Amino acid sequence: MAALDQTQVKEGVDQDTVDAVREVGGAYKHGWNTDIEMEYAPKGLTPDIVRLISEKNEEPQWMTEWRLQAYERWLTKEEPTWAMVDYPEIDFQDQYYYARPKSMEVKPKSLDEVDPKLLATYEKLGIPLKEQMILAGVEGAEDAPAEGRKVAVDAVFDSVSVGTTFQAELKKAGVIFCSISEAIREHPELVKKYLGSVVPVSDNFYATLNSAVFSDGSFVYVPPGVRCPMELSTYFRINAENTGQFERTLIIADKGSYVSYLEGCTAPARDIAQLHAAVVEIIVEEDAEVKYSTVQNWYPGDENGKGGIYNFVTKRADCRGDRAKVMWTQVETGSAVTWKYPSCILRGDDSQGEFYSIAIANNYQQADTGTKMIHLGKNTKSRIVSKGISAGHAQNTYRGLVSMHPKAKHARNYTQCDSLLIGDKCGAHTVPYIEVKNNSARVEHEATTSKVDDDQLFYCRSRGMDEEEAVALVVNGFCKDVLQALPMEFAMEAQQLVAISLEGSVG
Amino acid sequence: MAVPDRRLSETDARLEGLRMPEGGWAAPARQDALARVQAMGLPQRRDEYWKFTRPDTLAQVEPPKAGLFHSDEAPMYDGIDRLRIVFVDGVFDAAQSDDLALEGVSIERLAEVGARDIHWAKDLYGTLEARGQVPVARPFAALNTAFAEDGVLIHVTGRPSRPINLVYMHQSESSDAILHNVIKVDAGAEATILESGPAAARFNKCTEVDIADTGRLHMVRSQGRDHERRAVTHIFARLGAESVFKAFTLTMNGVLTRNECVVELTGDDAVAHVAGACVGDGDFHHDDTVFVTHDAVNCESRQVFKKVLNNGATGVFQGKILVKAGAQKTDGYQISQSLLLDGDSQFLAKPELEIYADDVACSHGSTSGAIDEDALFYLRSRGVPEGPATDLLTLAFLGEALDEIENRDLAEHLLERLNNWLARRR
Repeated sequence: MAALDQTQVKEGVDQDTVDAVREVGGAYKHGWNTDIEMEYAPKGLTPDIVRLISEKNEEPQWMTEWRLQAYERWLTKEEPTWAMVDYPEIDFQDQYYYARPKSMEVKPKSLDEVDPKLLATYEKLGIPLKEQMILAGVEGAEDAPAEGRKVAVDAVFDSVSVGTTFQAELKKAGVIFCSISEAIREHPELVKKYLGSVVPVSDNFYATLNSAVFSDGSFVYVPPGVRCPMELSTYFRINAENTGQFERTLIIADKGSYVSYLEGCTAPARDIAQLHAAVVEIIVEEDAEVKYSTVQNWYPGDENGKGGIYNFVTKRADCRGDRAKVMWTQVETGSAVTWKYPSCILRGDDSQGEFYSIAIANNYQQADTGTKMIHLGKNTKSRIVSKGISAGHAQNTYRGLVSMHPKAKHARNYTQCDSLLIGDKCGAHTVPYIEVKNNSARVEHEATTSKVDDDQLFYCRSRGMDEEEAVALVVNGFCKDVLQALPMEFAMEAQQLVAISLEGSVG
Repeated sequence: MAVPDRRLSETDARLEGLRMPEGGWAAPARQDALARVQAMGLPQRRDEYWKFTRPDTLAQVEPPKAGLFHSDEAPMYDGIDRLRIVFVDGVFDAAQSDDLALEGVSIERLAEVGARDIHWAKDLYGTLEARGQVPVARPFAALNTAFAEDGVLIHVTGRPSRPINLVYMHQSESSDAILHNVIKVDAGAEATILESGPAAARFNKCTEVDIADTGRLHMVRSQGRDHERRAVTHIFARLGAESVFKAFTLTMNGVLTRNECVVELTGDDAVAHVAGACVGDGDFHHDDTVFVTHDAVNCESRQVFKKVLNNGATGVFQGKILVKAGAQKTDGYQISQSLLLDGDSQFLAKPELEIYADDVACSHGSTSGAIDEDALFYLRSRGVPEGPATDLLTLAFLGEALDEIENRDLAEHLLERLNNWLARRR
């Protein structure tokens, strides 16, 4: 992090923020590699590789067909170039699409049978695959009450799911939590009904690629009226070299249910960039609520921009029923290149979508991220809070769409996106699209620190603060709000980030 | 990048029907511009920069017919002492124009001096337009540079006593006008340019503005009230140190309007304000596309756009502030707001920031919504009937954009016009 140390920071930027960014963007802690015997599919992408992946996952014929159709579509699609990111052309034939530890050839029946090396990997990442009360590595864990919070974990290692904890206990509540490959075998009716219904096979170049070659990921079904008894989480680890990870996650929250889902990801430090193209689909039925939190910490490349993960991800939630609610929270600190827009389709009347994001880009990282809020139903509400921080030579872009359809009467949106630049070699960009097609809808887009709530400002000023102090306090409070939306399993990351202030933000 | 066939064939068809003036000082610039437009091709419906506005009727060979609008109103800017230069359907009308002699400024017509070998405008004609083609292509402007037969060349050397009024009249239902203006403002000089009228059934206008250090230029335009006219206009302004450029546009009606304004702040401490107010009723599509580049220290830019839309009208705003590395102490501001008076109207916006310098303050805001029911109720409770109350709130909403006009007499004049138009429509 030499670059940041020498950076002259402009007046008004909080030193704590600079320190926190330095800490977050400092030496990558998860860059080690697990030495384990792997089994690869041949390099390159052909219909045979697609069939092979399907076969390895012991999939039924309809799934193989689905994948092959996606492959055909992918051949006709062009790689998108509109994002403000720049990377060398990807040779899609020069990488592996399937890699699994040899020891996973015969599926372990329980966690006890899993290769100790794999278990040790997750232990080292702070995600022990034991049915313990609380994740280790979280400060204060030792003081947690014996009957403390439980978190079920699905651990995905390269192309396969290693194991899923607490499955039995979840089953008692009626919740299905397993790897997607298991779901395809065990719950084909649910997968058939929902897979590709939110992100269609031909949605975009990377989603289509994923549809053809996805290897594993998580599946969640929460039945009507059930409040999921614990947090669910998936931990993605890329370990193999020259291998792309194509995870697929499908979450279905049936009527009146609730689930909170966490996602974490890391990868070893390697000189050659690796591709990660995931698809996440969420279906939220009437009165249901889904909270989806991500701490994205893929290997970002070294301080000269060598290596790192290309993170090209399609995430979308469909609020199908009335009063459905979805909340995306993301902390983006990793990846060399990020291309990610977790979106909400607000179809049901009174449905709600929220998007909270903090994206920190350092060294030569490039992040183009944001959200789409598609308002279709009456009285739908959405809120977007995005904080982008750039340091070193990094480029950070917020790109978003708020669309109010003619039938979305009395829909509301509030968007705030702030950017902060640390140093004069980086860039911060904002590209919002706003489409309002009915006059009862209200849309407000702001990107300035001076536009904080007037009442709050007035209150602070009436207590003797000067304008600048008051604004700083209100904005800081706001940033902390985003972090507090993260579940406590991410407390470690969050604690580091709380020091970040948007003082000196450029809009 | 290869130009797709369809774009190529449509561009060729359009260019075939045009005649390039021969010889003279502008000839090399015209040839370059022709090469540019051929390389870029005219915009297609799916182009990102034309996402919200369909370019086909602007690009097709023949313009769609546009009925004439008869009004018994006094001419725009009536009562303001001004020098008038009149074009009818893009053709200069000497009889209706004033003598072009005015102290502190030299005014010439492109058609008249274009055949000469040497002219001061040679350094600017097509030059600023070409600079404005990066990073986003603006093919209609290149087409204009290549084929414009007439336009006005204004060199401001002092402080002319009256504003110069370019009057664009529309008298033929199928006229297709292309005019190219060049305005050069010397150091310490200051002038006001007024523009008025719909110009033609289809109007392609390009204005290149070069302001030397400490120069000042004010531009105020009103685009006429013809319902069916179409227009694609460009302003390319380059600002020197401590210079000031203020442009305001009032648009009322017109089935299709695309106004692009490309401003480059190249000298320290320069100021650029670009503002617009538009009222759209019915089959109306109005697009403001603004691109401001900060390439010097301590410059200020403001973009203020207000749109009132009714009966299915569409308003578009694509605004961008680009702060280049090193353009420290930039103060950039951008606001776009729409007032939707009925359920069928729409507002489409893309307010963009691209920042490569850390010691800057840039903010942008965009809002859209219906008329404030509380304010309406307040006015009605004070005895103001619904129609006038709505108009009053509409005027107040647009007033913020009109405030950007420095000359208060001019601002009042436009406000009064606007008020009359609203009252008549009621």
